Amino acid sequence: MDTDKTKVQSLIDKHQGLKKNLIAILLDIQESFNYLPPDALRQVAKSLGMPLIDVCGVATFYRAFSLTPRGKHICLVCLGTACHVRGGPKILEELERKLDVPAGETTKDGQFTLETVACLGCCAIGPVVVIDGEYHGHATIRKIGPILTKYQKPQAS
Amino acid sequence: MKHYRAHLLVCAGTGCVSCGSFKIKEALEKEIKTRGLQDEVQVVATGCNGFCERGPIVLVQPDGIFYQLLTVGDVPHLVEEHLLKGRPVKKLMYVPPAEKQPVPKMKDIEFFKHQRLIVLRNRGRIDPEKIEEYIAFDGYEALGKALTEMTPAAIIDEILFSGLRGRGGAGFPTGKKWAACAKEKATPKYLICNGDEGDPGAFMDRSVLEADPHAVLEGMVIGAKAIGASKGFVYIRHEYPLALKRMEIAITQARENGLLGQDILGSGFDFDLEIVQGAGAFVSGEESALIASVEGKIAMPRQRPPYPAQKGLWGKPTVINNVETWATVPNIIRRGADWFQGLGTETSKGTKIFALVGKIANTGLVEVPMGITLREIVYGIGGGIPDKRDFKAVQIGGPSGGCLPAKLLDLPVDYESLTAAGAMMGSGGMIVMDDKTCMVDIAKYFLNFLQDESCGKCVSCREGTQRMYEIVKGITEGEGKESDLALLEELAQITKDASMCGLGQTAGNPVLTTLRYFRHEYEAHILDKRCPAGVCKKLIRYVVLSEKCTGCLSCKKACPTEAIKGTLKEIHLIDQSKCIKCGACKEACRFEAIEEQREEAIQII
Amino acid sequence: MAGTKKLRIQDLAKIREKTKSLMAIREGEGRARVTVHMGTCGIAAGAREIMEALLDEIGRAKIQDVIVTTSGCAGLCNKEPMATVEIKNQPPVKYGDLTPEKIKKIFVQHILGGQMVAELVLGVGSETMY
Repeated sequence: MDTDKTKVQSLIDKHQGLKKNLIAILLDIQESFNYLPPDALRQVAKSLGMPLIDVCGVATFYRAFSLTPRGKHICLVCLGTACHVRGGPKILEELERKLDVPAGETTKDGQFTLETVACLGCCAIGPVVVIDGEYHGHATIRKIGPILTKYQKPQAS
Repeated sequence: MKHYRAHLLVCAGTGCVSCGSFKIKEALEKEIKTRGLQDEVQVVATGCNGFCERGPIVLVQPDGIFYQLLTVGDVPHLVEEHLLKGRPVKKLMYVPPAEKQPVPKMKDIEFFKHQRLIVLRNRGRIDPEKIEEYIAFDGYEALGKALTEMTPAAIIDEILFSGLRGRGGAGFPTGKKWAACAKEKATPKYLICNGDEGDPGAFMDRSVLEADPHAVLEGMVIGAKAIGASKGFVYIRHEYPLALKRMEIAITQARENGLLGQDILGSGFDFDLEIVQGAGAFVSGEESALIASVEGKIAMPRQRPPYPAQKGLWGKPTVINNVETWATVPNIIRRGADWFQGLGTETSKGTKIFALVGKIANTGLVEVPMGITLREIVYGIGGGIPDKRDFKAVQIGGPSGGCLPAKLLDLPVDYESLTAAGAMMGSGGMIVMDDKTCMVDIAKYFLNFLQDESCGKCVSCREGTQRMYEIVKGITEGEGKESDLALLEELAQITKDASMCGLGQTAGNPVLTTLRYFRHEYEAHILDKRCPAGVCKKLIRYVVLSEKCTGCLSCKKACPTEAIKGTLKEIHLIDQSKCIKCGACKEACRFEAIEEQREEAIQII
Repeated sequence: MAGTKKLRIQDLAKIREKTKSLMAIREGEGRARVTVHMGTCGIAAGAREIMEALLDEIGRAKIQDVIVTTSGCAGLCNKEPMATVEIKNQPPVKYGDLTPEKIKKIFVQHILGGQMVAELVLGVGSETMY
C-alpha cells in the first residue's frame, strides 16, 4: 500500500517541520492513517532531518502509536486501578474470547482492534469499555455480547 | 449576557459526558423552547461537578436543587414541574444509601458538605469555555495584582510564605522551586504545566483542566512574571480530549483579551503558552522525562542535579509544576499567603483534591483541607463501602503509593503522615478496597503496570519490577515459596535505592506496604494455597450452592464454555474440567447461589 | 463581550461588575427573591404575563441580583396570579390579584425601594418557602 506522501507532508508542515513537534506530527499521522506506515516514518525522518532510528524510537516508546494497521473499530478496555478492583480484567477476558484475539491485536477480518488503557479517568462508571470513542460504563460480562453486536452490524449508509 | 431567572448547570466533565450529559443538555434546551421558557431559563455546560457516581447531573440555581442519574426521558417532566410550576421533582433527587427521603439541595448532601473548594471553586458553577464567566468570579484579579502591584520577588515570597507544596507527588515547596529558577542568569526561561496525569485512578488534573482552564492559565502567567519566563507549555495527555479542547479555547480567549501574548493587561509583560500533547507513557509524568517529551524525544528521565530550575527545557532554566499547583497559585495571590497558611496542617498547607474511587458508595472528586482523616473521607464524604461489605484498604498515591489498612483510618492526610505509613500523597488517587479485593492481586496489578511502564534506563527498575512481578504472579497462582517474601522485600528495597527517577524509587511501595499490612494474605496464598478474597483464579473454583439454586438456567445460558449442567428447576452443577473461571455464571445468578471457593475446600467436601 | 479588544486592569473590574450580578444566581444569592406561583390556576389566571413583566422590569432596571423563581399553587386560587417577595433578612410578603402593572409597582416600590405596597398585600410572614 502506498502512503499518501502529500498528506504526510501537509501534516509535517502543519507543525512547521520542527523536531520538537515530532510527537504531534506522529499523532496526526496516526489519526489520518490509523497507524504509522513505514513510508511515513521515513518521510518524517527525512523532512525533520533526523535519523530514522530516532523517529522509530519515539514511535515505539509511546503507547499511543501503532506500527501495524488497526481495525475498523478500536475497542479500548480500561484497566485502571478502579476498574481493576471492579472486575475490569474479567471484561477484557470476555472480549478476548468473543473477538478471539489477545489484547493489543486486531481481528483477522480487520474489524476490531482490542487495546487496553491504564486509566481513562471516568472511574465512577467502571469497568469501562470504549468503542470508537463511545463509552460503555458499568460493563458486565453479559453486556459485552450485545455491545459488540452493535458495531458488528453493517452500518446502513 | 442577559438576566435569566434560572440557570441549569449541566455537568460536562468526562464522567458525565460518558453517561450522555450532552444529550441531556440538548433535551433540556429543546424542552425549554417548547415551553417558551428560553428567555427565562439558561442551560450551561460546566466542568466536572465531582459527584461522578451520580452522573448525568444537573444543578438548578438559584434553588440549589441537585438532580442526578438523569435520562433524556426525565427531561420533559423536570422542565414542566420544576421550571414551569416550581415544584422540584423528588424522584430525580439524590437519596443517601440506607435512607428513604431524598436530599433536595446540593449543599445538604454529605458528599458536598465536608468539602472545601479552593482549586475547584468554579467547578459546576461556570461555563469553562467562557472567559467572562471566569472573570465574573474574580478571575484574573490575582494576575492584575501580580502584574501591577507586586515585584517578582514579592510574588515568590508570597508563594514561599503560603507553604504551598507541589501537588503532583513529591510535595516539593513551590516557592523554593521558583526562587531557584528566578536567580538563574540564563535566558530564555520556561514554564511547564505537567498535565500528564498517569496514575491510574486519579483524574483531578483532568477535572481542573476541564472545569477551570483559566485558573491554570492565570497561575502560569503569575509564575512567569515571578521567574521571568517568556514562554510556557501545557503538557496534556492525549487520553484527555475534552481537557485539550477546553485548554485550547482558554488560551485563544486569553490571547484575544490581552491576557496572553505581548503587553499583558497593559503592564508591559510578555508571555505566551503552547499546548503539547502527550502520547501515552506513564514515566513522562516525571519532570526530566516530561522535558524530554516536550522536546519531542523519548520520555526518559535523566540524572538530577542539575535540576530543571537550572538546566531544563533545551538546557534553559525551567519551572515545572503540576496542574493543581498552578491552579492554586491565583487563589494565594488573590487572598493572601496568610489565608492559605491558615488552612491545613503544620507542614501541609491548603487543600488537596482526591479522586475517591473503587469500592466506595460515592465515587467522585473531592477537595478537602490537608490533615483531614482517611475515615472522614471514606465514610463521611464517600459514604462508606457499598453492598454491606467491609473496608479492607485504601490505596493512595498511584503505583508509587501504598495500601493502608483499616487500623490507619484515623491517619491525618498530609505529606509526612502518608510517607511515614509507607504510601505517599502522589497526585491524590484514593482507591478504596473491600474484603473482596485481594491484596496480593493488587500488588501484582501495580507491578505489572510498573514493569510495563519502566523506561528501561536503570537496570534496578527494569529488572527489579520485572522480577517482583514474576514472583508475585507465581504467588497468586499457587506457586509461591516461603522464601519469596524475604526476596520480595530485598528486591523492593534495591529497586528503591538504585533507581534514578521517582518511578523506580517508589516502585517497591505497593509490595512493601501490602507486605507490611497484609502479610497474612501472602501467607495464605503461599502456605494454604488459598486466596482469602476469592480473586486469584488458579486458587479458586466456582461452585453452585445447592440450598440457594432455583434451577432457573440463567447461569447455564451465561456460561461461554457449556460447563454448567442442569435442567429447569433442577439444581445446576459446574463441570470443573470445562470451567474457565470467567465468573459469568456468578454475575448472571440472581440468587447468590454461585460462590468462589478455595480448591482445597471442595476436595474435603 | 470584549471581543478582540485587549483588556486593561480597569476593564477586568468592569467585566466583573457587569457579569457578577448576572452570575449571583448561580450561588443562590441575591438581594431579593420573588416567587411567582405557577400552579395550573396561576397560569390560567395569567401568571406567565406576570413573570414576563417582572423579568422585563428587572432587565430594564439593570440590577440583576434579584432571584425569580416559580412555585406551585399557593392554595389561594381565587387570588391568583400571586407572587411572594422576600427581601434579605425580612419576612416574606405575599401579593395577590396581580396584573403586569401591579407587579411593576411592586418591583419599583418594594424590591427596589424597600417599601411594601400595602394595598396589594395579602399577608406577611407565614409559611417558609422551599
